Amino acid sequence: MSLIEITEVRKAFGDNEVLKGINLNVEPGEVIAIIGKSGSGKSTLLRCINGLETINAGSIAVAGAQLLPDELHLRALRLKVGMIFQQFNLFPHLTVGGNVMVSQTVVKKTAKDQAEGMARKMLDRVGLGHKFDAYPDELSGGQQQRVAIARALAMEPIALLCDEITSALDPELVQEVLAVVRELAAEGMTLIMVTHEMKFARDVCSRVVFMHQGRVHEIGPPEEVFSNPQTAELKQFLGML
Amino acid sequence: MSDFSTWDIIRNLLLAARWTVVLSLVSFIGGGVLGVILLFLRIGKFAGACAFARYYVELFQGTPLLMQLFLAFFGLGLFGIDVPAWLAAGLALIFWSAAFLMEIWRGCVDAIAKGQWEASASLGMGYFQQIRYIILPQAIRIAVPPTVGFSVQVVKGTALTSIIGFVELSKAGTIVTNATFQPFTVYGFVALIYFALCWPLSKSAQVLERKLNVAHRNH
Repeated sequence: MSLIEITEVRKAFGDNEVLKGINLNVEPGEVIAIIGKSGSGKSTLLRCINGLETINAGSIAVAGAQLLPDELHLRALRLKVGMIFQQFNLFPHLTVGGNVMVSQTVVKKTAKDQAEGMARKMLDRVGLGHKFDAYPDELSGGQQQRVAIARALAMEPIALLCDEITSALDPELVQEVLAVVRELAAEGMTLIMVTHEMKFARDVCSRVVFMHQGRVHEIGPPEEVFSNPQTAELKQFLGML
Repeated sequence: MSDFSTWDIIRNLLLAARWTVVLSLVSFIGGGVLGVILLFLRIGKFAGACAFARYYVELFQGTPLLMQLFLAFFGLGLFGIDVPAWLAAGLALIFWSAAFLMEIWRGCVDAIAKGQWEASASLGMGYFQQIRYIILPQAIRIAVPPTVGFSVQVVKGTALTSIIGFVELSKAGTIVTNATFQPFTVYGFVALIYFALCWPLSKSAQVLERKLNVAHRNH
């Protein structure tokens, strides 16, 4: 059984069908890059996996837990899958430490000192242990995104969804975030990332998914997808870059 | 005609001003409590409750406060219920304040970026946990200045209750004028007392706005 099973998933916003039957199985420890033009449905697919969008048809299961639209099932699923956003979405009224602790104490009812220990460990892991008492708006974009990663990791998810996590960053800050993701991948974390960093996808990912007009158009190991694209659409997409 | 000294005028007005203060406090606090309840109906997940809160606000914002006072005072009288002026005044002002406060606060909750809801949801928080730990702490910070600012409207709104016979500052002004035939002097003092009540509130709304903004930028 795969860790994440996406079966015939369809999603429409009004009359606009964004996902037209997606099938994708992700094994534990895999690093999947989803690439494609804007509007191809890649972000929507990622948001569906975490229940931020409700699907119209098909099914999604993570480690055996079905994605159902009621709060109980959603919360169970979200404990298994963390998500990192393009805009970081740190909580501005809490310190960096508070950001990483709040979901532990509120959702998991972890004791405060234990949550703090976990927060410090995760912040050290992303190289920001010394920023524990800073507020998010005192950090650079790259640092904020690393805090967001630490915040997701503190919940000990079995998979992480990364939605264009370097797209809002200045070019010189992209690498520090990618370095953290690279390390996670090396440690065996299951990752699904929507990305425009083709070089990163080629180096780190186990499989690349090319989405086009709401369908998985091509899928395969990066060397195949990038060096030997089968379809005209993928050739055109790679040529554009 | 009995002789009224300036001191007599001021003393009588100040005594009546106590009722303006009491009525303002009752309306603001009562309206605040009712406003919070309405707010939770409005931003909650039950469509019926949400619609009720929306229509409530539209009704009370879409009619003059004076009409609401008349309806509370005379309307219930039609059914043989004798409503004292203070009760009609208090109830009408509470309902009226609740509508405006809820709408102010809803705006503050709406002002919190969608990403905050999504991030907290993706961490496994339920609806009430999101509200309690993520949304409200941020919303309250931006809600304080306009809420304090609205309290000025409540104080001035109490003046209308003089029309249904509740003896507060404005009504006392009319009574004293009828006795002294010095409308300019009397209403001048009335205005001064209102100003003395409202100005500190406006000023503190300004100060709070500056303080909380700075706090938000630098902590």
